[in-house]
Amino acid sequence: MRAIRPIWGKTAAPAAPVAAMVGAAAAVLPVPAYPRADASGAAAGIIPTGLAARTARLEAAVLRPLTHTSRTWYVWTGFLALAVAWGLFAYTVQLRRGLAVTGMRDVVIWGLYITNFVFFIGISHAGTLISAILRVSHAEWRRPVTRMAEVITVVALMVGAAMPMVDLGRPDRIVNLLRYGQVGSPIIWDLVSITTYITGSLIYLYLPLIPDIARCRDALRGLIPTWRWKLYSVLALSWQGTPEQHRRLERGIGVMMVLIIPIAISVHTVVSWIFAMTVRGGWNSTIFGPYFVVGAIFSGIAAIITVMAIFRRVYRLEAYITEKHFRYLSYLLLVLALIYAYFTIAEYITTGYKLAEGEKHLLEALMLGEFAVPFWTFAIGGTLVPILLIALPWTRTITGMVVASVLVNIGMWLKRFVIVVPSLELPLMPYEWGVYWPSWVEISITVAAFAGFALLFTLFAKLFPIVSAWEVAEGWAVEVDQGLAAAHGGGADGAAAPVWAALGVDGHGTESGSNGNEG
Amino acid sequence: MVEIGSRPPGTPAAPGRAGASGETGETSAASSGQLSRRGLFGGTGVVGAAAVAGMAAAAGVVTWLEDREAEAAAPPPSPPPGGSAGTAQATRQWVLVFDLRKCEGCVTQDKPPQCAEACNAEHFVPAGQQWLRVFRVEAPGGNSYFMPRPCMQCENAPCLNVCPVAATYRNAEGVILIDHNRCIGCRMCMAACPYGARSFNWSEPENPPGATFAQYRPEYPVPHRRGTVEKCMLCAHRTKDGKLPACAAGCPMNAVYLGDLVEDSATNGKEVVKLSRFLAENGAFRLKEELGTRPRVWYVRGHGQEYGRPVDDRRLAKEPRAWQELQKEQKKEASSASHTTHMG
Repeated sequence: MRAIRPIWGKTAAPAAPVAAMVGAAAAVLPVPAYPRADASGAAAGIIPTGLAARTARLEAAVLRPLTHTSRTWYVWTGFLALAVAWGLFAYTVQLRRGLAVTGMRDVVIWGLYITNFVFFIGISHAGTLISAILRVSHAEWRRPVTRMAEVITVVALMVGAAMPMVDLGRPDRIVNLLRYGQVGSPIIWDLVSITTYITGSLIYLYLPLIPDIARCRDALRGLIPTWRWKLYSVLALSWQGTPEQHRRLERGIGVMMVLIIPIAISVHTVVSWIFAMTVRGGWNSTIFGPYFVVGAIFSGIAAIITVMAIFRRVYRLEAYITEKHFRYLSYLLLVLALIYAYFTIAEYITTGYKLAEGEKHLLEALMLGEFAVPFWTFAIGGTLVPILLIALPWTRTITGMVVASVLVNIGMWLKRFVIVVPSLELPLMPYEWGVYWPSWVEISITVAAFAGFALLFTLFAKLFPIVSAWEVAEGWAVEVDQGLAAAHGGGADGAAAPVWAALGVDGHGTESGSNGNEG
Repeated sequence: MVEIGSRPPGTPAAPGRAGASGETGETSAASSGQLSRRGLFGGTGVVGAAAVAGMAAAAGVVTWLEDREAEAAAPPPSPPPGGSAGTAQATRQWVLVFDLRKCEGCVTQDKPPQCAEACNAEHFVPAGQQWLRVFRVEAPGGNSYFMPRPCMQCENAPCLNVCPVAATYRNAEGVILIDHNRCIGCRMCMAACPYGARSFNWSEPENPPGATFAQYRPEYPVPHRRGTVEKCMLCAHRTKDGKLPACAAGCPMNAVYLGDLVEDSATNGKEVVKLSRFLAENGAFRLKEELGTRPRVWYVRGHGQEYGRPVDDRRLAKEPRAWQELQKEQKKEASSASHTTHMG
């Protein structure tokens, strides 16, 4: 509110900025309407020439990877493809000889596959959920990072959803899930929830992509193979950037961003219920739903920071993805780390205090025994150290924050492992301790899953702009507009924005986002 | 048949339950008519099963709803009309009782547990699996006892609720079966089973010669299939023909009783007992009663003393042999027998 007031004060009526801005955007400000940006913008003489130049530079940076491919790219992609191919080979071995080629046996019936499943579904919460939350809360700084976040979601979901299928004893009968689906089974809940989530995430990725695809169609003609140009033409859905098209697009995005939040929460809730609907020690927990959701968002934010750092470096996006983005996301990561640590303590202290028979053995195995190394690596390396890295000002550098994120990702994978496996090793009948050690097939498929994640991401970034250029430009236009409206208000550059702007409560966000909310 | 409304199970939680559902099973079945085998959720699943099982009365399938109905003093039902198994009107509700006073893990005989071997031979149980497994439980005082664990055929079966394709189901006689033509091998049921009673065909199981031509039935799942879940199915194929399950028939100590809740009787092949009284008088218990799964397998406490196993006997049960070895041994015995007769 503090930041909003001066702007309102300068305008005629409280509602005016919204109407004025929409009007301006439609009639005069052509920045979001890509193709004509430079010409009409300059002609209208309203936009400072700096903005047009800035937009052009942004486009050049964003579109360059689509037309220029380095040798490193081929080496990298080839390496990933090899890893995936090796994983596929391992899977054919498993198909031929059955799940006997894994380390799983009758007592420990789930292992790396289910661990990966929970992990990838977890980081899928990066995208959609975080991007949607930031959009809903009009956090202006989100603009350069939403696209990456949304791609993480889609790609992680594809890889994650494949994992239980790899785990099936009879993948040939997968259609039975549709033929005989029993609504009382947590697996059916997962099936319904995850397919809904994939569909929603694809739409949510695609909608904001349309103007950028249209820009590719218009700007890259002749620079790219014909099939790619045709692909852009089809996917751009005749986008011309008209005000009506903008209105409808914003409306679509507005609906999806609200829908996607409950869907995302439901997904990780039902994933946790696969475990929590059983009576096993360690799984038989009422807080598993929220615990998993928080863990998912936690690892998701870490995934965004990691991916952001990689693309910033490789695609030279330093001008658009700045220290501010790392810092704001790290604050979110810090908050989630604290919540997750709180949940973890709540979970273990309530069982550890009572030490019911099964739980006692489980806690011993986790904290002192067989699983002490992964457990404490998670607890200290994956939670405590990242918290310190972000909380302490002198380690809160980009490097420090990226290190924290990578640690969180490793820690959260280990955490999923110590959720899945030890509870299964716990004896149900006297002295029937299980043992589990993954086989080369499982390890190969796990490596292939990560490589597949990176490969799909790499290919996406080769085909489509990895930064939502039109949204970034729109953000600048909003700034300029506010600068004009506020005249002497200053602060349009956001330099003095308070730290809590990260949460989207600054004036810019509130103003600009209204575009989307009009519909 | 007259004893339907009595209190068969002897454990503290159990008294009256089977009787209660015996009284109300009819009502619920009558009111719900042709409910499908499975309801939407766990609770309704049990109710749905009760609609089927309830026709047989005394099913022991109890939900809180039925408890309430029972409190509303439903009139005792008339004995269930006779009907062939396989229709909704089953006449039997099978249970197993293990009299551990007689079970000494076959250590005094210096043999592997004969119940487990009989099971292996009967079903050609795939290598590495034990549908009926004999555990040695150490008691605090240094003594130990043996505990055979089949499938518990739970009335509130966790495995049944979580199966995504309804491949595991309860038949009219209260036995949990698996349709191996439908199972997708997700192993959710194994995660859910609190007794670890389920096994998985991790590799291609070895089937007996001629199994290819066997008519597969969930009641007698041969040939075994890779990538599907297996378990004890209380010898549904034998009980149907009036035979004891293989484990009961194979137990040299007659420690295994096959019981029928409807008729309220049980037999080990040597003697017939009144089930409810036998359970009550001998303080029978069920495994993990606190979980509310309501198993249909009872145990009578003991350590094999009836056959002379001392309290401090430290011997372990031998590893039961797979059906292949048993067949080999059988052939050898047969040939040596014919040899001796020939000689004679």
